[in-house]
Amino acid sequence: MTTSADLDGFRAEVSDWVQTNFPSALNGFDLGADSPSEKGVSGEFRAWRQALADKGWGTPTWPKEYGGAGLSDPEAKVIRREIAKAGAFNPIPPMTGMGVTMVGPTILEYGTDEQKAKHLPGIASGEVRWCLGLSEPNAGSDLASLSTKAVDEGDAFILNGQKIWTSGAHISQWCGAVVRTDPKAKKRDGISFVMLPMDQKGVETRLIKLISGASPFCETFFNDARADKKDLLGDLNDGWSVVKRLLQHERQSQTSAPAAVKIDQEPLQEQAKRYVGTLQDGTLADPDLRLRIVGNLMDAEAHKLTVSRITAEAKGQVKVSAAASILKNSMTRVAQTKAELTLEMMGNQGIGWEGEQFSDEELRSVRDWLMGKAMSIYGGSAEIQNNIISKNILGLPETTQQG
Amino acid sequence: MAALTEEQTLIKDQATSWASAEAPVSKFRAMRNEGAEVGFAELTWSAMVEMGWTGILVPEEYGGSDLGYLTFGLVLEELGKQLAASPLFASAYVGATALLLAGNDTQKSSHLPRIVDGTEIVTLAVDEGPRHAPARTACVAKAAGDKYVLSGTKTLVLEGMSATHFIVVARSAGSVGDAQGLSLFIVRADVAGLSRRPMKTIDSRGYAELSFNGVEVSDADLMGPAGQAGEVLDEVLDRARAGIGAEMLGVGSQAFAMTLDYLKTRKQFGAVIGSFQALGHRAAELFAAMELARSCGEAALQEIDAQSNSVAKACSLSKAKVGDFLHTMSNQLIQIHGGIGMTDEFDAGLYLKRARVLETLYGNQAFHRDRYARLLGF
Repeated sequence: MTTSADLDGFRAEVSDWVQTNFPSALNGFDLGADSPSEKGVSGEFRAWRQALADKGWGTPTWPKEYGGAGLSDPEAKVIRREIAKAGAFNPIPPMTGMGVTMVGPTILEYGTDEQKAKHLPGIASGEVRWCLGLSEPNAGSDLASLSTKAVDEGDAFILNGQKIWTSGAHISQWCGAVVRTDPKAKKRDGISFVMLPMDQKGVETRLIKLISGASPFCETFFNDARADKKDLLGDLNDGWSVVKRLLQHERQSQTSAPAAVKIDQEPLQEQAKRYVGTLQDGTLADPDLRLRIVGNLMDAEAHKLTVSRITAEAKGQVKVSAAASILKNSMTRVAQTKAELTLEMMGNQGIGWEGEQFSDEELRSVRDWLMGKAMSIYGGSAEIQNNIISKNILGLPETTQQG
Repeated sequence: MAALTEEQTLIKDQATSWASAEAPVSKFRAMRNEGAEVGFAELTWSAMVEMGWTGILVPEEYGGSDLGYLTFGLVLEELGKQLAASPLFASAYVGATALLLAGNDTQKSSHLPRIVDGTEIVTLAVDEGPRHAPARTACVAKAAGDKYVLSGTKTLVLEGMSATHFIVVARSAGSVGDAQGLSLFIVRADVAGLSRRPMKTIDSRGYAELSFNGVEVSDADLMGPAGQAGEVLDEVLDRARAGIGAEMLGVGSQAFAMTLDYLKTRKQFGAVIGSFQALGHRAAELFAAMELARSCGEAALQEIDAQSNSVAKACSLSKAKVGDFLHTMSNQLIQIHGGIGMTDEFDAGLYLKRARVLETLYGNQAFHRDRYARLLGF
């Protein structure tokens, strides 16, 4: 048990350390704008990442032997807070793609000692980026409906098939993929989870352009790609339980992430005052918009309070829980509504695609609005989250869908 | 549920088992059917006094246990689940709060012990028109030497028919619409010139309409400096709002539990209706809304206990978000139950009716959204 006095001491230590080690050249670096890849970063960036990795503070709750710092959740929170307070950032999670948020925690739980030693340190240091091969074309949210096959060839599995929405696959070194290892078994019983290097002849990626103009997602093709048998995570044909866990970690990581990035953004109501103006009593000149903005601010506050309540109830240990589905949907609603309100508030200036008639902020709002539409689709759509809540939390019977 | 202390857990458990055994909703229904004018059953009220709930907010020097607002909220929530009617909230929560925040030593020591032992029922008289709008107070307090003369009316006064004392919001300066110029007086219910009439409402509780015709009160009845009660009144009302929020969470969570139970047992088209995805999703949405509302409701009580400087915001957030949830939940309670939900014999209607009253008391969702925006400066 960590006492608050211990935490205060730790807080001072972290604060000092961040002040000393965070390079001033990185002030104002917008980590949210685009996840940095190894190629495009400066020497200062690499030095900062390395300094964090040396302390194990990129993944503070992971065991020391695998590159973490073996700290408690409250201590990890102190690190997060102090880093944010200093205007700094932790580049390691975004540099690893799905590594820190999803793959790592799942390896910690399902991996053999050998797998942990092989894969975790590279993630903890931010050097190895991971993507995931889960969805397939036409499968949508029905993840067990997959046809990528893995055939046993002695030391390895040989993979053939196609994955879609593989975020960051084009810049990842490793991929965690669900594959069909027993075509005769029932849908969820013949699946396995394998890990394979992306740098091999049998793996090909293509970018998918989205409505926002960005291409964070890929299609990934396996043509006789090889996955070492030692990299089978969990038991053969028991991949579904590994995936379920992985998805829980995904929901967990999506419950608070977007709010954490842009801490210095001007509040919506202040922006609104500039675009819409105020009445004599100081209220927004558009009373309908005003009330909808209040509603959104209240929803955001309710979300924040729920995250802290659930944390407090779990006595500081943030666990992967069914509550993650509630939080994912509420985070999504807050973010999407805010994006819509921002666009509406900007009026004619809120519909620009490019050009100097529009400010950077306006153009970014439009792209964020479009990009945000993915939130209620990826990581299990809003509807899938509602299925999880009704079945796993409320104990309602399975719906008519098969599977 | 917030992380509770051992003592809070004990009180919550006591409230849960007492309410379901001794004051279940069937008891409220019986009281309603008898048409009791005061709007509660005497035995229910005296049991609450005996259990010490009337002293939860009151410091030990005045005979209470000083356990704070979150603890009181736990009790109110459990009572809300069973629609248990009593003057507990009006007197031991709102009345006691007003005395604690605005009363002088004499007023505290003469009324607080009597609130605790149940011999006095002290209730706040604030609203005058159809909407909660303290600044629109028109009831006048005219200074006359060492006396004040009160003239005006009050409406929807909680437990107004059983109250022994009213804490009256009156205007001693300024005009209607002014947030300044308000005063608080503690007034005996049997004082000359004060008359009260019962108001029959959908939730069958005891409300009164008061009229003050030249009611004389003395300097000693004035709570705090004359004309400067606006700020402290806001603080009292905020605590009242958070308390209502706790009861609303109880009403709403019970409505949810009834609905979920029905979804799991009612069969139609050859299947339990909860297996239909449309209804499963509706239940999931309601549950998520309830969880978010609970966070807001509990946070308000915690902020009051912590004497934080954002109590006003937290209380408006609570009243608005818990109100939104309860509004939707009470409508869905009827809708999902279908025809049976429409009958008087079934309890759903009692919850719906209580829900609307709780929503309107001390400011509805629109009031608190507007207030929240003003507190944020836009």
